Amino acid sequence: MTDVRAAPARPLKVLIAKPGLDGHDRGAKVLARGLRDEGFEVVYTGLRQTPDMVVTAALQEDVDVVGLSILSGAHMTLVPKVCRLLREQGMDDVLVVVGGIIPDDDVAALKEAGVAATFGPGTTIGEVAEFLRSNARPRG
Amino acid sequence: MLPSDPDALVEAALGGDRRALARILTAVENRTPTAEAALRRLYPKAGTAHLVGITGPPGSGKSTLVSAIIATVREGGRAVAVVAVDPSSPITGGALLGDRVRMQSYAGDADVFIRSMAARGHAGGLAPTSTAAAAVLDACGFDLILLETVGTGQSEVEVAAAADTTVVLEAPEMGDEIQASKAGLLEVADIVVVNKGDRPGAGRTASQLRAMLVGSVRAGRVREEAKDDRPRPKEPEVLVTTATTGDGVPELVAALERHREGRPSGADDPARRARAAAQVWSILGDRLRAELEGGTRRIATAAVLDAVAEHALDPFAAADRLLASLRTTDG
Ligand code: B12
Ligand SMILES: Nc1nc2c(ncn2[C@@H]2O[C@H](COP(=O)(O)OP(=O)(O)O)[C@@H](O)[C@H]2O)c(=O)[nH]1
Ligand SMILES: [Mg+2]
Repeated sequence: MTDVRAAPARPLKVLIAKPGLDGHDRGAKVLARGLRDEGFEVVYTGLRQTPDMVVTAALQEDVDVVGLSILSGAHMTLVPKVCRLLREQGMDDVLVVVGGIIPDDDVAALKEAGVAATFGPGTTIGEVAEFLRSNARPRG
Repeated sequence: MLPSDPDALVEAALGGDRRALARILTAVENRTPTAEAALRRLYPKAGTAHLVGITGPPGSGKSTLVSAIIATVREGGRAVAVVAVDPSSPITGGALLGDRVRMQSYAGDADVFIRSMAARGHAGGLAPTSTAAAAVLDACGFDLILLETVGTGQSEVEVAAAADTTVVLEAPEMGDEIQASKAGLLEVADIVVVNKGDRPGAGRTASQLRAMLVGSVRAGRVREEAKDDRPRPKEPEVLVTTATTGDGVPELVAALERHREGRPSGADDPARRARAAAQVWSILGDRLRAELEGGTRRIATAAVLDAVAEHALDPFAAADRLLASLRTTDG
């Protein structure tokens, strides 16, 4: 806890959350394992998280990235709520990305709400890892 | 925005700012200078929490039980924190931290704080910084701190040195495994829990464990095998829980309390003494190394290491020489 040089290169910490009642968890699990294999520390929350639960987890875990996986069509209500709660907690420096079934028409509004990027079906882990490495601001 | 100054972070964390607390834990995990500055201020305020280690094989229900313990303990109003450790990949350094899936997030309850930690290459079931993280949570007012280990097996006895009370989980009907764990985990147990009490065989497993554990302690085997001042098991209580329903969990919480109250205080407590020693020796090791590898001693130290690599010097003589070099004033 003293010698800084003894510290390993610190991995980026990512929360992968599934807000809402959406039961499609394959993509979130693929992503969680894939990002682990890319060297990220990934906290997976499991299904059926309220925006409040997602933001509590992000805060306690002090993550660099919040990744939301939504295939249910409820992204236009859930995502802005998560972004607003993050801002209220002073966590506006956390990178927010969203994946799943997100129609192109909704992307602009999500970005307006605070989302950095969206990723649809067929996204490779490499693409996501690359985006997070170049855009996340590591903590403290 | 969070302050980056360690003193301001500590003030905020002590004042109940959970984000500041989370950031200090990040600094502790990353072993930054902020961590040292914060720990210097927080350590004197810690020491009152009950540190409970939860260990046992993967899938035995550790995370689910932690969640059930939180629910029971919160009814009594005590603040609870969790440090849940999962393994890091030795190749990529990445980790999948999945214990939260089993733990309700208790969002909105500021007196529950759950933190996942990657083991970051450390064997023994905990992360290298788990003890320091527990001290931070302790100082910030959490009265019960649950340390969930990785759960890879018998080598995880380290948790007994990190915790005041060690709970070892077993699943029912694991006859062969029980024999195997006899030599490892069960020996450090203060409380043994047979979880999944709703499964057939739970009662029988508990009876077998009781017979086995009481027998081994009476025969004095466990005591004689003690090699250091790690806490030795008395006669561990064997309890049955069903973590998914909460059955047996109030009894477990009562057993934790009994164990906590039965312990000597301060330096008389062997677990606390062992924990203090482990922390100091670890820091001292880091500091010695920094001294020897830094500044004017760097070149001389490298020459000694080269000599060992070439078998011109044995490693014991090398260590003696490096220690002696520290005693000279100009290095
Ligand atoms: C498999 C599947 C199911 C399975 C789910 C199994 C499981 N446990 O996941 C089952 C059969 C249970 C199911 C049920 C339903 N489904 Co369904 N399902 C699908 C299907 C065919 C594939 C989804 C999938 O697993 N893909 C594979 C994974 C790996 O890909 P992915 O999830 O898209 O993830 C990738 C990217 O999106 C991205 N990504 C995803 N999350 C994240 C997060 C982050 C942070 C990042 C960076 C990237 C990222 O990266 C991933 C890797 O490439 C899709 C159609 C489709 N082609 O997408 C419909 C689909 C999602 N389902 C649909 C529907 C309607 C349903 C049901 C309501 C059907 C019903 N009427 O009962 C139920 C609802 C279930 C529930 N409780 O929510 C609709 C949703 C429509 C909408 N959103 O408008 C879809 C789009 C089918 C359709 N065309 O209508 N479904
Ligand atoms: N039937 C039953 N299942 C349980 C019980 N406790 C945990 N489980 C299940 O066992 C699995 C592993 O639990 P988890 O808490 O993740 O175990 P861990 O790996 O030891 O942390 C999950 O599917 C739980 O729902 C229990 O008391 N009874
Ligand atoms: Mg677990």
